[in-house]
Amino acid sequence: MDQATIARVHGQWPKGLTQVPFPVYQDPALLEQEQRLLFEGPVWNYLCIESEIPNVGDWRTTFVGRMPVVVVRTETGDIAAFENRCLHRGALICLDNAGNARDFTCVYHAWRYDLSGNLKSIAFRKGVNGKGGMPDSFHPEDHTTRKLRIATISGIVFGTFSDQTPTIEDFIGPDVAAALRLTASRKLQVIGRFTEVLPNNWKLYAENVRDTYHASLLHVFFATFRINRLSQGGGVNVSANGACHVSTTLAPTQEADDSYDGMRSVDDGLKLSDPSMLDAEDEHGDRVRQQILSVFPSFAMQRTYNVMAIRQFVPRGVDRTDLNWIYLGYADDTPALRRRRLKQLNLAGPAGFVSMEDGCIGNFVERGAVAAPQGVSLLEMGGDGTESQETRATETAIRGFWKMWRAIMGQ
Amino acid sequence: MSDAEMLFRIASLNAAYAAAIDDDRLEEWPDFFIDDCLYKITSAENLRDGNEAGIVYADSRAMLADRVLALRRANIYERQAYRHIIGASRLTASDGTDISAETPFLVVRTMRDGQLDLFVAGRYRDRLRDGAGKLRFVERVVICDSSHFDTLVAIPL
Repeated sequence: MDQATIARVHGQWPKGLTQVPFPVYQDPALLEQEQRLLFEGPVWNYLCIESEIPNVGDWRTTFVGRMPVVVVRTETGDIAAFENRCLHRGALICLDNAGNARDFTCVYHAWRYDLSGNLKSIAFRKGVNGKGGMPDSFHPEDHTTRKLRIATISGIVFGTFSDQTPTIEDFIGPDVAAALRLTASRKLQVIGRFTEVLPNNWKLYAENVRDTYHASLLHVFFATFRINRLSQGGGVNVSANGACHVSTTLAPTQEADDSYDGMRSVDDGLKLSDPSMLDAEDEHGDRVRQQILSVFPSFAMQRTYNVMAIRQFVPRGVDRTDLNWIYLGYADDTPALRRRRLKQLNLAGPAGFVSMEDGCIGNFVERGAVAAPQGVSLLEMGGDGTESQETRATETAIRGFWKMWRAIMGQ
Repeated sequence: MSDAEMLFRIASLNAAYAAAIDDDRLEEWPDFFIDDCLYKITSAENLRDGNEAGIVYADSRAMLADRVLALRRANIYERQAYRHIIGASRLTASDGTDISAETPFLVVRTMRDGQLDLFVAGRYRDRLRDGAGKLRFVERVVICDSSHFDTLVAIPL
């Protein structure tokens, strides 16, 4: 990023966390700085679910920001993760989404790595017929891929490149940890994978998952069918560092509720011909109808009725983000419960009744603010802090996101 | 009925199905299915991996009608239209009651600002039943070649 851009973005940050200058979503130069300082910095990046790589040699490819990464189960049963880039010429080492391997060999010139990402051998190191080859000073053991430090919580695998990152428990705080542990309290099983290509900056989506104010307003289906109204019990807990949150909506205690009268958000004429989609089991006995939690920078996990899903957001460019949806069940689901999940998944994902709008809303911001580099996004709902609140009519978790982003980015 | 006659009936059904969606007569869309149907949108990769979930999953015609109602009344998305280009079907099985067929398709999406995109390529894996002279879908599994979807999927495929 050139100095003029830094000055422009810096210059526009008002005091406090209630205003976000639009250039932070628009400036292409920030993407590189975010990759280096943020995604490769003191944060925990979602990598995979442990049950996806149960056996020695099982691997998956994923991303840390824009960096391609391999996650693998090693011979010792541990999990390793390293940059998916050959140390020779920079080609991808793993070319598919998942697989099983004894070791990894780059297709370009057959440089070979062990399961932990250490270079073991290279083709024609001594040359051919006494000619060519690498200099004697070259030793494979001196070369290793960039490795992530791994932390697993309830079978969900995170990685960090920084020695400064606190433990995962300290990073996400006790409330998010408790919610994560409950949701992942039994062995998770992937039951679907889809990617929604979002035409917007990744931070607009990171804000959206923390935006407890919008859910019942943008998503008419939520309020109409009382899945999520702000008048239902619940609240939002934000970790002390601001980075992570969990928002909870409880089942309504009474049917009468006039707080949404006259709003577009409720269509009382809307009745489902087949209400079986909303037949839910209270799986955890906690009356939670919807819960969203986030782990900075790129991970969210939700429960909505019996829907369970992980969302990973991967920046592809300043105005393009891949939103990876990982639909989940428990490995020991009864057939009846699994069927409920399949039907209720109509609520989530790219075609979800209460999520499809999130696919386009970030782009509406991009287009609305295209000529407003001096403008700011306002975040004054629920005060100016990042504390936990017993209401969802607040933007506290979004302010928390910016608290962490600014601390890491030095802005 | 000969295979040729059956293929002609399936082609006619698919043409009518595409026209109902592309002409924004979505309320007619559930009528192409039997009451106790299955309609699911998934991808080749999910099918290969044995993943059961789809991005749309309806196990009754009433659920299809509910989706149309939600699109009309609840969901927010920018004005857009599809153009289905449906290829030649091939018969894959017949068990006396139902006929199975597979049909490739493309959907071009046109947005209100004029932006045109090749939105989805895929195939329909169908089970069809003849009832009172009308062919209906017992099961239509929409198998998209890609698991990636641009922005959102509102209108059915």
